[in-house]
Amino acid sequence: MSDKDFHVRFKNVQKSYDGKQLVVKDLNLDIEKGKFVTMLGPSGSGKTTCLMMLAGFESTTHGEIILNGRPINKIPPHKRGIGMVFQNYALFPHMSVGENLAFPLEVRKIAKPEIEDMVKKALDMVQMGDFIDRYPGQLSGGQKQRIALSRALVFNPELVLMDEPLGALDKQLREQMQYEIKHIHEQLGVSVVYVTHDQAEALTMSDQIAVFNDGVIQQLASPADLYERPENSFIAQFIGENNQLRGTIEKVNKNIANVKLENGENVSALMVDVKDKGEVTLLSIRPERIIINPKTTKNSQALEGKVLELIYLGDHIRCRMMVSGNDQFIVKIPNSSTHELLKVGEKISLGWDKKDCRALKP
Amino acid sequence: MTFAASEGADNSNDGKSLRKKLLRAERRKKFEAIGLVTPLLIVMVVFYFVPIAMMLFRSIDNSQMAKILPQTSIAIQNWSGEGLPDEITYAAIVGDMKIAQADRDLAKVGRRLNFDLVGFHSLLSKSGRKIDEIKGPPYKENLIAFDKKWGNEQYWTVMERGLKNTTLLYLLAAIDLKYDENNKIVKVPEYEAIYVSIISRTVYISLSITILTLILGFPIAYFMANTTPRTRNLLMIILLLVFWTSLLVRTLSWILVLQNNGVVNNLLMFTGIITEPLDMVFNRFGVYVAMTHVLLPFMVLPLYSVMRSIPSDYVRAAQSLGAKSITAFIRVYLPQTLPGIGAGALMVFIQALGYYITPALVGGPRDQMVSYFVAFFVNERVNWSMASALGLTLLILTGSLYLIFGKRVNIANMKLG
Repeated sequence: MSDKDFHVRFKNVQKSYDGKQLVVKDLNLDIEKGKFVTMLGPSGSGKTTCLMMLAGFESTTHGEIILNGRPINKIPPHKRGIGMVFQNYALFPHMSVGENLAFPLEVRKIAKPEIEDMVKKALDMVQMGDFIDRYPGQLSGGQKQRIALSRALVFNPELVLMDEPLGALDKQLREQMQYEIKHIHEQLGVSVVYVTHDQAEALTMSDQIAVFNDGVIQQLASPADLYERPENSFIAQFIGENNQLRGTIEKVNKNIANVKLENGENVSALMVDVKDKGEVTLLSIRPERIIINPKTTKNSQALEGKVLELIYLGDHIRCRMMVSGNDQFIVKIPNSSTHELLKVGEKISLGWDKKDCRALKP
Repeated sequence: MTFAASEGADNSNDGKSLRKKLLRAERRKKFEAIGLVTPLLIVMVVFYFVPIAMMLFRSIDNSQMAKILPQTSIAIQNWSGEGLPDEITYAAIVGDMKIAQADRDLAKVGRRLNFDLVGFHSLLSKSGRKIDEIKGPPYKENLIAFDKKWGNEQYWTVMERGLKNTTLLYLLAAIDLKYDENNKIVKVPEYEAIYVSIISRTVYISLSITILTLILGFPIAYFMANTTPRTRNLLMIILLLVFWTSLLVRTLSWILVLQNNGVVNNLLMFTGIITEPLDMVFNRFGVYVAMTHVLLPFMVLPLYSVMRSIPSDYVRAAQSLGAKSITAFIRVYLPQTLPGIGAGALMVFIQALGYYITPALVGGPRDQMVSYFVAFFVNERVNWSMASALGLTLLILTGSLYLIFGKRVNIANMKLG
């Protein structure tokens, strides 16, 4: 596909602040029009830097960023026409809500009556129409967030960047805003590049998630793919909860490997980024995919585990077990009417579908 | 809902006792707060407000006169102000003058009344020397025989005015006003009027200094607020260096730098830019240079503290919304620095109004400000009343400017450090 098919393309982008270390190493990322793409990663992984380069507040050290088929490295921020929501909202404290929203329209020299209409429409979109004369200092965190969002959208940009916009809100409000932002995105059809370190937020909102670590995108995938089919051990560990077992590949059969665990037991696993016999591998299995006392079939296998701790969490029971020398092995047992009753100290047999057990490079 | 419920509970119970409990609980805190403030408050009142109030009172205080001429001050109250006073008043003044002459107080009266009407001093000293020659009535004729001025109604008008307990004479003089022969307040003739022009000169110089420090200080403060901590500390030290050297040394070094064969002139002549040395000191230019230098930190520090608290996100947000850098600066950044500009301008302006040493040393005779004349009246004329009246004028001026200015910039928002 050519540049024109994508809204934004990062091509071999590098960024260094001090000339010694690369904060962003060789970044390649293509964002389609109308998609909600999240940059997810631990702090210091380079995700905010990427956003700032796209917005034009940081220069690229190497490579180019292409917006609508045009390289934008030399275009100043105010000509890029990108809406942006900042982490601390950045609402101008000396202007009322209405003036804040009118600002991007005034600098574009739009006629007064038209400005009024657009401001009103943008405020109604976030249900803040009554707050037009308030000042930012008189608003709560959630209200400021809505105003910041509507200000970034009022001039009808095709691309909106959001830098951890919900970071300062409490949990309940954050979840509510997640849905609202998602709905506004669907309604307007703008492309959104969203930066967060909260994976639940990323999974809830995104069409695609780019997981950053160490200045590199580790995986770019839809939320379901990312969760169910992690491509390396960083993703497996970073996204959701995963049990990890160490072993060596004994036998390879197409894409299924036979792995010998550290305590000598044998299991089958789906090979993801490992290739050869004799390679050391990290098996990763989601806690909710583990079956207790399985009926052994062709696709599953049994392993012995000892129950160490049981935690009652209402909808499920969290069971910590000792499996193959790993005493942090977690099993989630759904609290159904027929669930297994376990006792601490009991030894049980565990199993899983071999497709759920992914063999990754450690 | 919860609020209404708790209020209801409050009413149904005994609301008063709750308030009492709260007051009791808060009382301790109040005492602590008062305890912390009291020592400073006492020091301020005893060593600051009271002396200032006493000093300012001197500008209208005239009680000394009635003490030196006690009988006259009573007798003259019966005078209608038309024609000459009666014999009793003449008798009283002769009696008073005898005592005053013996106590050597008559010169004080002379100086004081001479301020109102030139000629009074010589009249009193002349008459005082011969006063013992008058042994008895008629006092009126005897006095007029000494000097015809005793028969002049105008002298008695001044005398009557001068024996009251308070006088507006000095305050009027401080704004170029005086009493005329008919006891009316009028402007002094143009050749005598100096104080209004001195006051407006003081305001003009102070305003100029304020604008200069703002123009020079704003970029420095901006740079300091947005640079690395290392550079910031270095700049801060350079800036505060001004405070670490004495005012006198700084001012004198400006004379060395700016004088006719000083560093700047020599350099300019050496490079051939000028052939004749420029007059840069003992004139207005020297005052501007030296005062701007001395007062610059008072502008930079409040500006810097305000600018540091403005996150860079605001300007970025403005740019992302489509504003050019200059628009973002003017419409988003500048308005947020207003509290700093207000505080800095206020501090510089008010300090400049009262500047004395710097203009006295590096300025010429036409660059002296009000404080110079305050010092002049205290040190050379020993006229504390006039010094105090000028001081009061300055204080009223400062206060009213503060109020006008404060309303515009909203003083509550100002940041002073």
